[in-house]
Amino acid sequence: MNALASGAAGFLARFEGLRGLLPGGRTLWLDALRVGAAQDFAASGLPGRRIEAWRYTDLSPIAQAGFNEALTLTVESPSLPPMRAPHRAVFVDGRFAAHLSTMPAHARSLAAHLPEAEGVLGALAFKLPVVSLNTMLFEDGLLLDLPEGAEGGALELLSVVTHTERPIAFHPRHLIRIGAGASLTVIETSLGPNGAIYLHNPVFEIDVREGATLAHVRIQREGRSGFQLSTVLAAVQAGGTYDNFTLNAGAKLVRNEIHTTLLGPKAACHMNGAQLVGDGQHADTTTFLDHAAPDCASRQTYKTVLAGKSRGVFQGKILVRQAAQRTDGYQMNQALLLSDEAEIDAKPQLEIYADDVKCSHGATVGALDEAQLFYLRARGIPVDQARAMLVQAFLTEAVEGVSHPLAQAALAEATEGWWEREAA
Amino acid sequence: MLKIAGLTAEIDGKQILNGIDLVIPTGEIHAVMGPNGSGKSTLSYVLSGREGYEITGGTVTFNGMDILAMEPEERAAAGLFLAFQYPVELPGVGNANFMRTALNSIRKSKGEPEVDAMAFLKLARTKLKALQMSDDMLKRNVNVGFSGGEKKRNEVLQMALLEPSLAILDETDSGLDIDALKIVADGVNAMRGAGFSALVITHYQRLLDYIVPDRVHVLMAGRIVKSGGPELALELEAEGYAKVAA
Repeated sequence: MNALASGAAGFLARFEGLRGLLPGGRTLWLDALRVGAAQDFAASGLPGRRIEAWRYTDLSPIAQAGFNEALTLTVESPSLPPMRAPHRAVFVDGRFAAHLSTMPAHARSLAAHLPEAEGVLGALAFKLPVVSLNTMLFEDGLLLDLPEGAEGGALELLSVVTHTERPIAFHPRHLIRIGAGASLTVIETSLGPNGAIYLHNPVFEIDVREGATLAHVRIQREGRSGFQLSTVLAAVQAGGTYDNFTLNAGAKLVRNEIHTTLLGPKAACHMNGAQLVGDGQHADTTTFLDHAAPDCASRQTYKTVLAGKSRGVFQGKILVRQAAQRTDGYQMNQALLLSDEAEIDAKPQLEIYADDVKCSHGATVGALDEAQLFYLRARGIPVDQARAMLVQAFLTEAVEGVSHPLAQAALAEATEGWWEREAA
Repeated sequence: MLKIAGLTAEIDGKQILNGIDLVIPTGEIHAVMGPNGSGKSTLSYVLSGREGYEITGGTVTFNGMDILAMEPEERAAAGLFLAFQYPVELPGVGNANFMRTALNSIRKSKGEPEVDAMAFLKLARTKLKALQMSDDMLKRNVNVGFSGGEKKRNEVLQMALLEPSLAILDETDSGLDIDALKIVADGVNAMRGAGFSALVITHYQRLLDYIVPDRVHVLMAGRIVKSGGPELALELEAEGYAKVAA
């Protein structure tokens, strides 16, 4: 049995062992959902590199880690970063920590309110192996239902890891529904201690109703031995907007997969991201934008900076269905290579079936511009600081499209000193 | 004082500077004039430390320091400033942040305290006013979307802020209309004094009507072929390089 197959068998065995103990284990509809997901996962296994969508990202390190689910652990009280928003939902080792959280009226723990998730959980999911793994083993998550017309303000979603003795895996399932005309900002931060081996496998099902707006800012700063596989499944109704900004700065290996479907006319989507990939890291952003209705606009800007021996991946597909006339789509991905040992694989894809469409994409890969570097140095700025300034400038464009100032602040925080650390 | 002796340099195996001898005493402004391809820009890049130029012989000392052994940022900290012929655009880098970082880098290397954002803004505004530039320039990205004249003024603004003891102006007059030329020249003249020297590299005599040099040198095929007073510039303009150098 190869590594991927034995890794998948390990997850399936965990499910068999834990089946009755998982939240909702004795609830018929949920048990049926989990069993179905287990069957799908048994059939697909962990995707190998022969699968086109996984050509550039090898999951063997995850398959070989031998994870235990976090179920049997006790929640500790870790030190947390200062709050960025008036409300905060804290997950420790994948489980909701009520005593550390300040919840708004429209949000609660999924595990504690499972009956409310019936018919919602899984409604937006596709048969993706990583999603099946999540469905099979999820223990908790955020259940958020913002009523029609409500101004939800900002909510922080914080994931921290405290367990470091043996490899743990946790698969939070976050269900977010933004009622018609309502608006909300979710600032998601994933943190973990360096040296701890763990898998964070969150799945988001996001339902943006007519005229609603969700700004989703994601700051991934997992520990350098941690793994993150994350999947965002978003559906946007007429006149609604989903904005996603993802910063990938941590983890040994991260796959950030976003599927957004624009379901109604005049829906919009901005998906931006910045990846800071240092020595020994692998960062993969894979987006799928499905234009299923007319008069929708989508904008994507992804920037990847690579140092040391590292690898970055960007795959971006835009599908414009026949009904999606007058689609306005744009995608740009750019990579900056700071080392000879860094590698970037970029695969943009346009698939267009409508005839009245404005769709463009572009990609660039390059090193730091010597003329720019010399200009800064000629003004007295030391070479490492000059490089750091140019790296930050390169990333700036990816944040500009994100309205929330916290995205800007978080990116500045992550990039500050990044080059100096990586160059050391 | 800048002292260049027997300087030879090549790029991609092609010899450009063929033994330059030039001394600029402290407090003086010297002009180097020459036709296209004579080595004017190479001289400015070699002096400021740009990579890609192979120094094959000679020495350059600046206030007693062997500057050829120094990194570009060390040369800047030592008081050397290059006003670029083609100022570089830095998308994503704000002009104010760029200039304050440069100023503080130089101050730090001298052991002086850093200038905070407010104090910098105040300082920059007085210099902007003198150069008839709007405050707006500080908010824009460095040189991005600037007109040719704005880029050159931005160079002079940086010079005014960094207060170098030796400025190399590489064809700062190119692409400037007469009004902009006067403003730039006023900016340079305002710095004239016992502690400031300049090497003004130009193709045309016009700039030297406004920045009157102490000495004029003619550069041809990588060597100084003739030196004289300010009248040499007029002679070059009237007679052409070939005749004057002959």
